[in-house]
Amino acid sequence: MQIDLSVLSVTKIFDAFTAVDAVSFEVNQGEFFSILGPSGCGKTTLLRMIAGFTEPTSGAIHIRGEDMSGIAPNKRPVNLIFQHLALFPMMSVEQNIAFGLQRRRENKTDIRKKVRAILERVGLPDYGDRKVDQLSGGQRQRIAIARCLVLNPTVLLLDEPLGALDLKLREQMKVELKKLQAQVGTTFIYITHDQSEALVMSDHVAVMNEGKFEQLDTPQNLYNRPRTPFVARFVGENNAWSGSVHRCGESNVEVRTEEGLVFRTKAEERLQPGQRVDLFLRPEAMLIQPDPGLPGLNRFDVVVDSILFDGANSQLLVTPLKSRRELVVALPQNRQYDYIKAGDKIEIGWDTNSGICFLQR
Amino acid sequence: MKASRKHHFQWTLAFFLTPVVLWLFLLIVLPHIDLLFMSFRTKDDSGSMVWSFSNYMLFFKEPIYWLTFVRTVLYSILVTFLTFTIALPVAFYITKVSRPRYQVFLTMLLLLPFWVSELVRVYGWMILLRESGVINHFLMKTGLLDKPIEMLYNDVTMIMGLVYTSMLFMVVPLIGVLENLDDSLIEAAYDLGANMWTILFRIIIPHAVPGIVSGSIVVFMLTLGDYLTPNLMGGKNSLWFTEQIYNQFIASFNWNQGSAFGFLLLALSSLVIWAGLKLTNQKLSKVVK
Ligand SMILES: Nc1ncnc2c1ncn2[C@@H]1O[C@H](COP(=O)(O)OP(=O)(O)OP(=O)(O)O)[C@@H](O)[C@H]1O
Ligand SMILES: [Mg+2]
Repeated sequence: MQIDLSVLSVTKIFDAFTAVDAVSFEVNQGEFFSILGPSGCGKTTLLRMIAGFTEPTSGAIHIRGEDMSGIAPNKRPVNLIFQHLALFPMMSVEQNIAFGLQRRRENKTDIRKKVRAILERVGLPDYGDRKVDQLSGGQRQRIAIARCLVLNPTVLLLDEPLGALDLKLREQMKVELKKLQAQVGTTFIYITHDQSEALVMSDHVAVMNEGKFEQLDTPQNLYNRPRTPFVARFVGENNAWSGSVHRCGESNVEVRTEEGLVFRTKAEERLQPGQRVDLFLRPEAMLIQPDPGLPGLNRFDVVVDSILFDGANSQLLVTPLKSRRELVVALPQNRQYDYIKAGDKIEIGWDTNSGICFLQR
Repeated sequence: MKASRKHHFQWTLAFFLTPVVLWLFLLIVLPHIDLLFMSFRTKDDSGSMVWSFSNYMLFFKEPIYWLTFVRTVLYSILVTFLTFTIALPVAFYITKVSRPRYQVFLTMLLLLPFWVSELVRVYGWMILLRESGVINHFLMKTGLLDKPIEMLYNDVTMIMGLVYTSMLFMVVPLIGVLENLDDSLIEAAYDLGANMWTILFRIIIPHAVPGIVSGSIVVFMLTLGDYLTPNLMGGKNSLWFTEQIYNQFIASFNWNQGSAFGFLLLALSSLVIWAGLKLTNQKLSKVVK
C-alpha cells in the first residue's frame, strides 16, 4: 500500500514553547486519519506545517515520498480546509470553486465541467451562482470541501471544520463527510477535539497531548485498550479510581482504592505490591444487580444519587457505600431497570477483564 | 416619567446641536449662498450689475481656463493613483505583517508629519530641494554635482509634494478595511495555488474596495482644492485651477468671476467623482457605510 504522508520526528518550537514535540506518523493512501486532542495541544500547528504555512524547527515531512521542506503552500499537493472555512466572500460559489483550477491555467470549458461535477458530488448542483453569504452553515461546509476536492489533492487537511456547526448538523455532516471520503478516495487528515467525530469517521486516530502523540491506533483499540491514562480519560467516558496494588496474581492484580474498595482487575504491565496505580472502568462495563450466580465479578453496593435519562445514553449517578466519589453507570433502556429510584441501594458488579490499570508516574 | 425623560433628552440634544447648526449656517451656508448669487451677476456695458451666465460662459470660451481645469483634474487623478499604490503596501504592512505591539507605534509615526501645518511641511520640502538647499549642498560636497540644479518648480516635484500631503488620508481608510480582512482568506488563496499578485488582485483589493473608494474621494478632492502645495512647489507655471480662482478674487478683484469658478470647481469635481463611481460600479452609500 502506498504511503501518502510521512511525518518524521517533526518538532516546532515557538520562542521557548514546544508546540509540537518529535511527532512521527505515516498515513496510507485513501485513509481517513484523525488527530484528536484537547485545545492548545498543537493540532493546528502540526497541520499548518504539513500545509506549508509554518516551517518545522526540526524533522521532515514527506508527501508521496517527496521531501516538502522549502516548498511553498501554493506548490504542495495538499489542501487545507480552515477552521472557519475561509470561503471568499467577494466571489460566487462557482468562482470560489474555480479559483484553484484557474491558478493552474486549465481551460475554461474544463473548469466549468469540473465545477459542475463537484457541486453535484457535494449535493449542491444549483448553487453555483449564489453568494457565499447566501449559504447555510452546512452548505458552506460542503462548498469549502468542494473547493479543495476539485483540485484532486494528494492529501486533504481539515482543521476542525465542523466546529462552528450546531450539534444536529454536526452529526449529519459527520456521516456525510465519511461517505464522501469513501467515494472520492482522497486521503483525509482530520483534526478535532471531539472524540466522537474522530471515532465515527476515522480509520486511524492519533491522540495528541501537549505536543506529543499518546497513542496511534484504530478507534476500537483506542476505546477498548487505551495505552496511557490520558487516552483512557480523553477517549470516551471513564470512571477513575486511584489506589495501590494489594496483591499480584498471574494475569491479574488486586487493587485497593483510596476509598477502601478492593477490586480484582487485569493489569497492562507488570506490577509489584504497594505500587500506586490508576484504575479505569467504562460506564457500560458495570452491571446493575448482577445475577448472584455469575462468577468472576467485582461486586459492591452503591446508593443511587440520580437518574439521568437521555434515551439510549441514559445513565445512573451512584455513590459506593462508605465513599463520596460519584460513579457513572450506563442504564440500558430495556425497561428491566425501571424500578430503580433515586436513593435506592443497589448492587453493582463488573467483570475483572473490563477494568484497566496503569502505574502512576 | 418616561415622557419627562424624553423631554429632557430633546433639550440636551438641542443644547449640543445649536452651536453646530449655527456654525454650519453662519460660516458655511450663508457665505456660499452669497457667493452663488454673486457668481450670476456681472457688469453690463453701462457698468451696472445685471443677472447673467457670462461668468460661467467665460470658463468654456477661454481655453486657458478649461485647459487648466482639465490639467488639474488629470494630475489629481494621477496623485490619487500614486497615493493609493504607495498607501496599500504601507497599510498592508501595518495591519498584517508588523507585530501587533508595533502597529500603534507605526500608525503614530505616520501621523507625526500631520501635526505641523501644511505650510510648514511644504517649506520643509523647499529647504531640502531648492537650489541652495540641503540635497544640492550634499550632492556638491560629495562631488556628484559640480553646479546646483533647481529641483523645485516642476511638475514632478509638485506631484511628489501632493502625494506626500495626501498619504494619510489614503492610509487610514485602508488600514480600516484591511484590519477586518481575515488572514485565513489570504492563506486559503495561497493554499489553493495563488501567487502574490493573484492574492493582491483577487482577494485584497476586492476586499478593500470601500476603503479605496472613500480614500480616493478624499484625496482627489483635497488635491483638486489644494492651493499651497501646487503654488509653492510647482511655482508660477504649476497652472493649478485654485490659482485661477485666487487670481480672480485677489489679483483682479473680480469676485463674481472668482465665485463662478469656485462653483464650477465644485460641480465639475463632483461630476468627476460621480463618473468615477459609475465606471467602477460602486455606490456611494456602500462606501460611506
Ligand atoms: N505563532 C505562534 N507563536 C507562539 N505560540 C504559538 C503560535 N501558534 C501557536 N502557538 C501556541 O502553540 C500551542 C498549540 O497551538 P495550536 O493552535 O496548534 O493548538 P490547537 O491544538 O490547534 O488548539 P485548538 O483546538 O484550540 O485549535 C498553543 O499553546 C499556542 O499558544
Ligand atoms: Mg486549532
